Amino acid sequence: MAILFFLMVASYAAGLLLPLCCPARPKIQNLVAHGSAAFGSLGGIGLGIVGLFGPDPLTMSVPSALPLLTFAVRLDALSSFFLLTISLIGLAASIYAVGYVTAWYGHISIALLGSLYNGFLLTMTLVTLADDGFFFLIAWELMSLVSYFLVVTEHEKADVRHAGLFYLIMTHVGTAFIILTFLLLFEGSGSFSFDAFRHPEQPLPDGIRTTVFVLALVGFGTKAGVVPLHVWLPYAHPAAPSHISALMSGVMIKTAIYALLRVYFDFFGGQFPWWWGFVVLVVGAVSALLGVMYALMEHDLKSLLAYHSVENIGIILLGIGAGMIFHSYGLDELAVLGVIAGLYHTINHAVFKALLFFGAGSLLYATHTRNMEEYGGLLRRMPWTGACFLIGAVSIAALPPTNGFVSEWLVFQSLFMSYQIPSLAMKLMLPIAAAMLALTGVLAMTCFAKAFGISFLALPRTSHAKHAQEVPWTMRIAMGVLSAVCLALGLAPMLAVPIIDRVAASMIGSSIADKMLALDGWALAPVNVEFSSLSTPALGLVLAATAALGLGLVACCGGTFPRRYSKTWACGLNLTSRMEYSAAGFVQPIKRVFSTIYQPTVKLETEFLEESRYFAKRRRFEFHIAPVFQTYFYDPVIAFMSGLADRMRIVQGGSLHLYLAYMFVTLVVLLLAAL
Amino acid sequence: MIPDQPIAQAIALILAQAVVLLCVSPAIVGLINKVKARLQCRQGAGILQPYADLKKLFRKQPVLSTTTTWIFTATPYIVFASTVTAGLLIPVFASQMPLNFAGNIIAFVYLLALGRFFLILAGLDSGSSFGGMGSSREAIVASLTEPAMIMAIFAIALTAGSTNLSTIVHRTALLEGIATDPSAHLMALSAVFIVVLAETGRVPVDNPATHLELTMIHEAMVLEYSGRYLALLEWASAIKLLVFLTLIANVFAPWGIATSFTPMALSVGLAVYLIKVAGLALLIGTIECMFAKLRLFRVTDLLGVAFILALLGLLFFYMLRG
Repeated sequence: MAILFFLMVASYAAGLLLPLCCPARPKIQNLVAHGSAAFGSLGGIGLGIVGLFGPDPLTMSVPSALPLLTFAVRLDALSSFFLLTISLIGLAASIYAVGYVTAWYGHISIALLGSLYNGFLLTMTLVTLADDGFFFLIAWELMSLVSYFLVVTEHEKADVRHAGLFYLIMTHVGTAFIILTFLLLFEGSGSFSFDAFRHPEQPLPDGIRTTVFVLALVGFGTKAGVVPLHVWLPYAHPAAPSHISALMSGVMIKTAIYALLRVYFDFFGGQFPWWWGFVVLVVGAVSALLGVMYALMEHDLKSLLAYHSVENIGIILLGIGAGMIFHSYGLDELAVLGVIAGLYHTINHAVFKALLFFGAGSLLYATHTRNMEEYGGLLRRMPWTGACFLIGAVSIAALPPTNGFVSEWLVFQSLFMSYQIPSLAMKLMLPIAAAMLALTGVLAMTCFAKAFGISFLALPRTSHAKHAQEVPWTMRIAMGVLSAVCLALGLAPMLAVPIIDRVAASMIGSSIADKMLALDGWALAPVNVEFSSLSTPALGLVLAATAALGLGLVACCGGTFPRRYSKTWACGLNLTSRMEYSAAGFVQPIKRVFSTIYQPTVKLETEFLEESRYFAKRRRFEFHIAPVFQTYFYDPVIAFMSGLADRMRIVQGGSLHLYLAYMFVTLVVLLLAAL
Repeated sequence: MIPDQPIAQAIALILAQAVVLLCVSPAIVGLINKVKARLQCRQGAGILQPYADLKKLFRKQPVLSTTTTWIFTATPYIVFASTVTAGLLIPVFASQMPLNFAGNIIAFVYLLALGRFFLILAGLDSGSSFGGMGSSREAIVASLTEPAMIMAIFAIALTAGSTNLSTIVHRTALLEGIATDPSAHLMALSAVFIVVLAETGRVPVDNPATHLELTMIHEAMVLEYSGRYLALLEWASAIKLLVFLTLIANVFAPWGIATSFTPMALSVGLAVYLIKVAGLALLIGTIECMFAKLRLFRVTDLLGVAFILALLGLLFFYMLRG
């Protein structure tokens, strides 16, 4: 096990350093960097599998010269699960990157990009493995910094710089809360080691525990991108290169889920009042619904995907929140069910979100634009990308029999199990969360019908789309592998659920693997076999059989007639791409129905012909949705902070003597304090 | 959950149910059209007219648009498959369906969503504005119906102690665990009825008889289809109508359905089932004559009412049971 760990770290370290020492041939740098990253990811996958099935957690620690800091790593079931997820996506992203970065040969330094990429994977891995608060914070901070540098890869563009700065500020605000969390935990335990957090010398008083709960939720919630702390996410994720976006959206935000589970279930040992779970549930429901609603209005494909990360983090938190509520009422089996649902959705979201970002990256590679309104007809030109993107879209829309459906179904079941909770309020609140999840699900379906339909179907809308070509084979392989994983996780949940059950059981202490599987594992039956069951293999089989029936019917009664091709009827005119429905038009009814949330502003300017006002020469249509969170939440905070900074300028006189005087005064004060 | 029965019997039951769904569904459409015609003082086509239409469509040469992709030709099969599969999750004439283990009410709703997803894509694929218009409207109607649907069925599921449709129907038919107060059921029933009108594209949400671009929803999405592809889609939409009528008939009033596998029980079950869905078809035909189609943006209010009714059903259940 230790060998795998060193192999992984050594590969990433090699990928971090070697490209910088390589001769300035971008092709070699590309292969070295992403090859090492792929090796490192393979090591990570191996380590994750060993950790999930191994009897005891692996621990290692190297003391450092600094007090309080120990480089301790620990690989238990929870770490292994997240390590496996990160490494799986890391492997696919490394393969994808080999083709994707070729577009930048000669423009930006491939050596630097590849090196940072390895650093990003390494720091994410260390975040999940760290067993010491100080070490965790260092890895966390490095992860944030490296990802910032990756976001500003194309720093010559002003909007990328702005996105990067926004991300840097927000992630540090989050880190500040996380540091406070750990300091409070340190108060109780007197040491930064996670073991001391688990078994503090004197138990923390309730007030401190509640403070830790809130601080952790805000700090890690910022990284996870929960509403209302999500505003940085749709800026930063699209600005990064697409394989980095896939990693950031697919797995980096999951490290926050990992940390929340670590704090609530591991450090606190699951000892919390019911309302903690309820707060997590509400945050999850609101994030899911608002995430998908804002995604619907987005026509930049990568921003749309970034908003869907907000939605899916919400779905994950719905599962975990339900699990926390059940746990606080002592319904441990249901608690395990909720956590399994959340964790299953974690890995599923990582897979299909990475797949979709790869697809979006391929479209960007082929057309040089992210605006969906400039795509169209791409399925004919890029059949492989199109097919893979379709599988990703069906998965994220949670349609059977794909993986997104299975985990969303599990979340539904854990919410429906609320009838066993003694409190009437919770009995009612959880089904309402389920109704919000149902709305989220169908809106996600709409959103991806829009994303796929507008981008890939009908006529190309611009010459970019018209002249698009299929992407290199490495990119196609990465997408193909993830598509296969999507289908496998959907059709074979009976293999995944017992493994995830081990992770959940290691936190809650009761295993439900044998109760989850019915009919020799062919059906999932959450806890109560009478209440609900699902068998995706059977559904897949019946779907295939009925589709075959349809084909058979056609073959029996008239399938022999050859098809005739003709133009789409466009009321006697020649069909042009301007007659197609646009993405904005497609979601117009939704914008109107939910106008309380969007608060849209519409501007229509018409220029008329001079001869008659009955004929318009030009029309200009603009619509915006109100950036509610920015206006009412961020802007006041930013205004306050910059106002404060202005006041502080008084002390910053700019004179060297003044600064020397400050130092002298500080020194004297410190000396006096020491006396 | 899973009735003990030999595998041959299970497969025979599944096939029998598929045959019933496939064969009865066009007659239901014909019946509704006949009722509408009679109420409008017309003679109308015979009840068996939809069969003739299907036969004709199957034997016609299909015309495809040059802009379309494989999505367009695959969609009829996917819609057909997902609708029939959803229909097999719900008991039709025998309450203990062998496929009960394969999915519950959520799976049922999401299977229909799979078909809808591809239908929306096909609407966009033709490249004309009509298809896009239909797709866009279908999406908003679906967004508003699904939450109401799930809440309503959940209120029923609580009474029966299961979310699997077959188990709900079986227990209700045997009068197990039925609440003494039917108010929760009535609330949920009215919610589901509104949902069914919306899901199957009937007046007052959509008008299946119209081809006017300002009003059509479902018809706009399938506007570019012809020949055998149109036949499959028409058949699938008839099956969807029948499946939803079955849902109302069997979940809310399952009495008469075969609870055992004796030939007597099965034939009584089939006869009672046919009478029930025919009655519902009469009701829908009457409603279509009595109401005008709502404006698209007024549909929101109607479906909002459905959601509130479903929520009240849930509330009543908990309140009355303590």
